[in-house]
Amino acid sequence: MDLLRFITAGSVDDGKSTLIGRLLYDSKSILADQLEAIERASKSRDDGEIDLALLTDGLRSEREQGITIDVAYRYFQTPVRKFIIVDAPGHIQYTRNMVTGASNCQLAIVLVDARHGVVEQTRRHSLIASLLGIPHIVVAVNKMDLVNYSQDVFSDICIQYAELAKKLNVHQVTYIPMSALNGDNVVDKSSAMSWYEGATLLEHLETVAIDDDTEGITEDHHPAWPGLARFPVQYVIRPQTAELHDYRGYAGKITSGLFRKGDTITVFPSGETSTIDAIEIAEKHLDEAASPMSVVLHLATDIDISRGDLIVRSDNQPISSQTVEAMLCWMDTKEFKVGNKYLLQVGTFRTRCSVREIAYQLNVNTYEETPDVDNLKLNDLAKVVLRTAQPVSFDPYQKNRATGGAILIDETSNVTVGALMLLGEA
Amino acid sequence: MKLDYLDQLESEAIHIMREVAGQFERPALLFSGGKDSITLVHLALKAFRPGKLPFPLVHIDTGHNFQEALDFRDNLAASIGERLIVRYVEDTIREKKLKEPTGRNATRNGLQTFTLLDTIEEFEFDACIGGARRDEEKARAKERVFSVRDEFGSWDPKRQRPELWNLYNGRIHKGENVRVFPISNWTELDVWNYIRREKIELPSIYFAHERELLVRDGKLMATAGGVIKPEPDDQLVTRRVRFRTVGDISCTAASESGADTLDAVIAEIQATRISERGETRMDDQLSEAAMEDRKKGGYF
Repeated sequence: MDLLRFITAGSVDDGKSTLIGRLLYDSKSILADQLEAIERASKSRDDGEIDLALLTDGLRSEREQGITIDVAYRYFQTPVRKFIIVDAPGHIQYTRNMVTGASNCQLAIVLVDARHGVVEQTRRHSLIASLLGIPHIVVAVNKMDLVNYSQDVFSDICIQYAELAKKLNVHQVTYIPMSALNGDNVVDKSSAMSWYEGATLLEHLETVAIDDDTEGITEDHHPAWPGLARFPVQYVIRPQTAELHDYRGYAGKITSGLFRKGDTITVFPSGETSTIDAIEIAEKHLDEAASPMSVVLHLATDIDISRGDLIVRSDNQPISSQTVEAMLCWMDTKEFKVGNKYLLQVGTFRTRCSVREIAYQLNVNTYEETPDVDNLKLNDLAKVVLRTAQPVSFDPYQKNRATGGAILIDETSNVTVGALMLLGEA
Repeated sequence: MKLDYLDQLESEAIHIMREVAGQFERPALLFSGGKDSITLVHLALKAFRPGKLPFPLVHIDTGHNFQEALDFRDNLAASIGERLIVRYVEDTIREKKLKEPTGRNATRNGLQTFTLLDTIEEFEFDACIGGARRDEEKARAKERVFSVRDEFGSWDPKRQRPELWNLYNGRIHKGENVRVFPISNWTELDVWNYIRREKIELPSIYFAHERELLVRDGKLMATAGGVIKPEPDDQLVTRRVRFRTVGDISCTAASESGADTLDAVIAEIQATRISERGETRMDDQLSEAAMEDRKKGGYF
């Protein structure tokens, strides 16, 4: 059985929590005691009927305010697939949480209120999905019950969204009219919208092809990127016991591509080369291993390798540079300014960096680029140029999420303050 | 080569454990002898063998644990040749003159936090790996894989670090620590399927057996060790039961079951309409935000 991670995005009142509740409820993924608990909570709030949104708003302050503050993760499965739902807040002040939630997803559900059509939030969430390279978008046109299940309203919204999608880097957009409140087209087909002939949301989630996504690609599956084999070294295993005196294994996770025994490899940043002598997984030897497997590599020659190094197959090498251009989502309340210094982390590699330039700020609503910006505030998106203390080895994010995604860490607070989608050498 | 979901979850958990080894100086693995932490030990061996584990196993013993789980704990640590550190809530109560909860549903579970924080201080642990899963409880569904705690062990849900891609930021100030949850993305059923696939041994109380119990508020509570004092209206019964979670005796209920094999247990969990904690954990049902409040106080 395979695994699909998807994010739900939408404005505060688009009915996101209700949609998740409905998806879980109609797919019979809510257990009786959890249902009783929300029935009790609904009653104590005097809401009348069961509020499915209470299933997802787990924190005290979220229930007090009736909104989602932080990312939460839900799990369910059908006989076909396992799902991880990344439930991200819709409110503008939590854009960074949406970025956090979206970074690992293969699909995004963008909720649109049928009464309001494409609004600012739709544009913002779609932009983030696009920047983060989420390959599949579902536009869930919700609250169709409030527009008399009108096909015309639905068609208009599809046209509006298609216009917007042209400006974005999204591969596949699917449109589904629904009412999460009443359960139309979420799990069960709607009798009120017989004009809609497509799949329900759950059918779509169960059948959408995820084999072609960058996570887990191999030569067999993705001829476009042969052997984009990447292995950030996490830890060196050296037992140094009498019988394992010479054992030296490099532990890590293959973040993309495929490694075979006998492959010629190059280590970054040193540039030294060697060949793969053995690939181990839990002390068993393999002839080949692919992303996302966590393995131990052994090399034919003793070269100096430690945590933070990147092992790649020599026939396809990453960029290695001390000046990096990237799209940044700034996540801290302190300002981001030219000249500031941070720690940059890509894979297991960390180095200090300074901000050389903010090339432009991206307006998340209009997609306009504003040049000559001096500083960024919480939730701002911008194209920036960084200068690093040591050369950084990476791939452009659109080619490889695993080696193109990076974070900035504030050295004094230790907080993760920025998400970077690396573009290339500046 | 598309990995099965259990392989994907395993690979993710191993990756997280190796990040702990790579980023921290003095980590520990919190180990209770329950199925989730036994799974963690199994994953740790996969992550670091043939080397030694880069952390000790640490158990905070409330003094109200099932003997079967304690024996299992000691045997496992001995058989893999790794270091086991045990600290006792009993000692903390005596040394700090803590007031033990009394009354009908009194439990020492909350007092564990004091012993845990003292142990973290004693050994200067900067990271504690734990077996919490996000599917267990709504407050846990919100928690990051690397959960930064202040010197009081306190969790602040509004100040969690963004956690992007598979990049984990474990940088902390002295005195702080990080709780790390490698099986965050696993469900109860995933854990059981993995245990079956990997042939992981478990304490016998996870499987159906005859046991003397008392019926209190509709729950079947163990009489073992005399932790729970029978009251006049408690009914003593002998039933065929198993435990779905193995925690402190005072707040862990048994469920009636004939499931005495892994296959039978898995079939039972697939069919159940009641969640793991809903069925067995008395302490989560004290209020709507019981778990969240405990975590803010430094609970694991």
